[in-house]
Amino acid sequence: MNAQPTEGIRKASPPAQRGKLHVQASGVTKSFGNHQVLTGVDFTVASGEVSCIVGPSGSGKSTFLRCLNALETYDDGTLLVEGRHVGYEFREGRYYEWNTKQFAAFRSRIGMVFQRFNLFGHFSAEENVACALMEVRGFPKAKARARALEELGRVGLAEHSHKRPHQLSGGQQQRVAIARALAMDPEIMLFDEPTSALDPELVDEVLEAMKALARAGMTMVVVTHEMGFAREVADTVHFFDEGAIVESGPPAEVLANPRKDRTRAFLAKVL
Amino acid sequence: MSPAPRRNHRPTQLSGPDGTTVPVVALKHRERWILGALALAVFLWLAFTMATNPNIRWGKVAEYLFFPKIIDGIWITLMISVLATVLGLVLGVVLAVMKLSANPVLNWLSTLYIWFFRGTPVLVQLIFWYNLAFLFPTLVIKIPFTNVGYLWNTNDVMTGFTAALLGLGLNLAAYFAETVRAGIQAVDTGQTEAAYALGMTPGKRMRKIVLPQALRIIIPPTGNEFISMLKTTSLVYVVAGNDLMTNASQIYKQNNLIMELLIVASLWYMVMTAIATFFQSKLEARYGADAVRLVRKPGVLLKTVSAAKSATPRAADDVAAAGKDLS
Ligand SMILES: Nc1ncnc2c1ncn2[C@@H]1O[C@H](COP(=O)(O)OP(=O)(O)O)[C@@H](O)[C@H]1O
Ligand SMILES: [Mg+2]
Repeated sequence: MNAQPTEGIRKASPPAQRGKLHVQASGVTKSFGNHQVLTGVDFTVASGEVSCIVGPSGSGKSTFLRCLNALETYDDGTLLVEGRHVGYEFREGRYYEWNTKQFAAFRSRIGMVFQRFNLFGHFSAEENVACALMEVRGFPKAKARARALEELGRVGLAEHSHKRPHQLSGGQQQRVAIARALAMDPEIMLFDEPTSALDPELVDEVLEAMKALARAGMTMVVVTHEMGFAREVADTVHFFDEGAIVESGPPAEVLANPRKDRTRAFLAKVL
Repeated sequence: MSPAPRRNHRPTQLSGPDGTTVPVVALKHRERWILGALALAVFLWLAFTMATNPNIRWGKVAEYLFFPKIIDGIWITLMISVLATVLGLVLGVVLAVMKLSANPVLNWLSTLYIWFFRGTPVLVQLIFWYNLAFLFPTLVIKIPFTNVGYLWNTNDVMTGFTAALLGLGLNLAAYFAETVRAGIQAVDTGQTEAAYALGMTPGKRMRKIVLPQALRIIIPPTGNEFISMLKTTSLVYVVAGNDLMTNASQIYKQNNLIMELLIVASLWYMVMTAIATFFQSKLEARYGADAVRLVRKPGVLLKTVSAAKSATPRAADDVAAAGKDLS
């Protein structure tokens, strides 16, 4: 993650050779009451791959992303992350539901960046990053602080480390949020429309931080409306509609020559 | 922060229709003067009848104002107020967390507690605790199935002071639990999501992330609770708690200077509430603005606040974010 090759965004090797399957979802469903939000999601991400999920509002993209790091439970289907069933442990011929500690341990290895940043309002930027290092990883204060400053420096915010979230611009807050997630050494990073709440002129600074991360080989799942970012960075683009992925492929195919009418209609609106 | 608008700026001259400067005649608020004068007259009349009432011996008021027994009572009143408020706050937080917990038993018990202590008069509760010895002549704390432990005579433990602490503290907890619950619920759910996403357990999330932020919403009302507690302690006189009111009443029962000692007690209560109100306003000034910012619901309130201080980047972001938060 430290190395930042200068040549282009595209990685040298195709995704399939880069690693084992990191996320494997098949037939994942989820209902809120009578409303079936996920109707059967099939989805895979290989290690080091960048997957972009695009699709209309309310189609269930956020819900699916929240299922991936167990912030939300799913009703049916198989959801494997790092080969483990999310939410269940297999032991002696049975699945046992995770307890709170197992959920927490699982989530601590998955980075999540939210649309509304969700920085802790009572902490400075540095404390935001250091907090989980101390509380979850058990770092002593000095070590957590050093790590926090290092991560903030990586997103270009070293000199803002003492500021509270409300003293930072939206773009800076989102970069702190990215630093906070990265400090936990995640195996995979999930982004839920990370630039949708930003003023247009602040979008690029966040996208740049994400591109740097992609270049460094991080496995990423990005829900976004930024088609330029998807085209440039994604290995695979998934089109999400009415609770399922209806079309997947390299960005050049899905974004330039969509096969499905629904994809075409959506892209006509956002491009 | 931008300076407050100057409301008292009134031009004495303005440039007129033909370009020359003409004087401005200020509006005379006649009805304000008349109403003010009437109200002042009523007040002065009331104050005069009190001050000149031959049945109030003001000399005695002055004599008893710093009487040792009165001063002792003030200390006890302060002590009961502080300790009962602390007990109420701590227990109130526990009750609120119980009420919000996923455990139905804790949930139900918290509801029952709140219903019971809000449903019965605090005076009844005070007398109940004071007379606990009728139910339990001795109080025992011991390790179950052994004889290792402590035993007290209930009447030795349940003095007027402890009965007052329990009665007032347990009662305040029931009311305060609702304030804490509102404070916890006012913290944006995104804070909880972020805490969980980083791998915190529900307990850590509550202690490190949610409660500290809820405190900023909870703290301002605690000042009010304390001020009201200062005066509620006067009820303690039914259980002879040696507080200000108890001591004042013991004095007037001997010398029959009822009005004079009530005035003495009232003056002291007013001094105490005035001091507490001063600190309360500081508390609100310190936490009030933060509280508004932390309740990140892009509603009417936030928009108003943002408009008022659109100079800060944070406020501008919120409006932008609120507008785009539709997906
Ligand atoms: N906790 C919830 N309870 C009930 N309905 C929900 C909940 N979360 C999301 N939904 C519903 O699920 C649908 C999909 O939401 P979401 O996953 O946020 O879509 P997207 O991120 O694609 O815009 C929406 O109709 C939304 O109202
Ligand atoms: Mg969404």
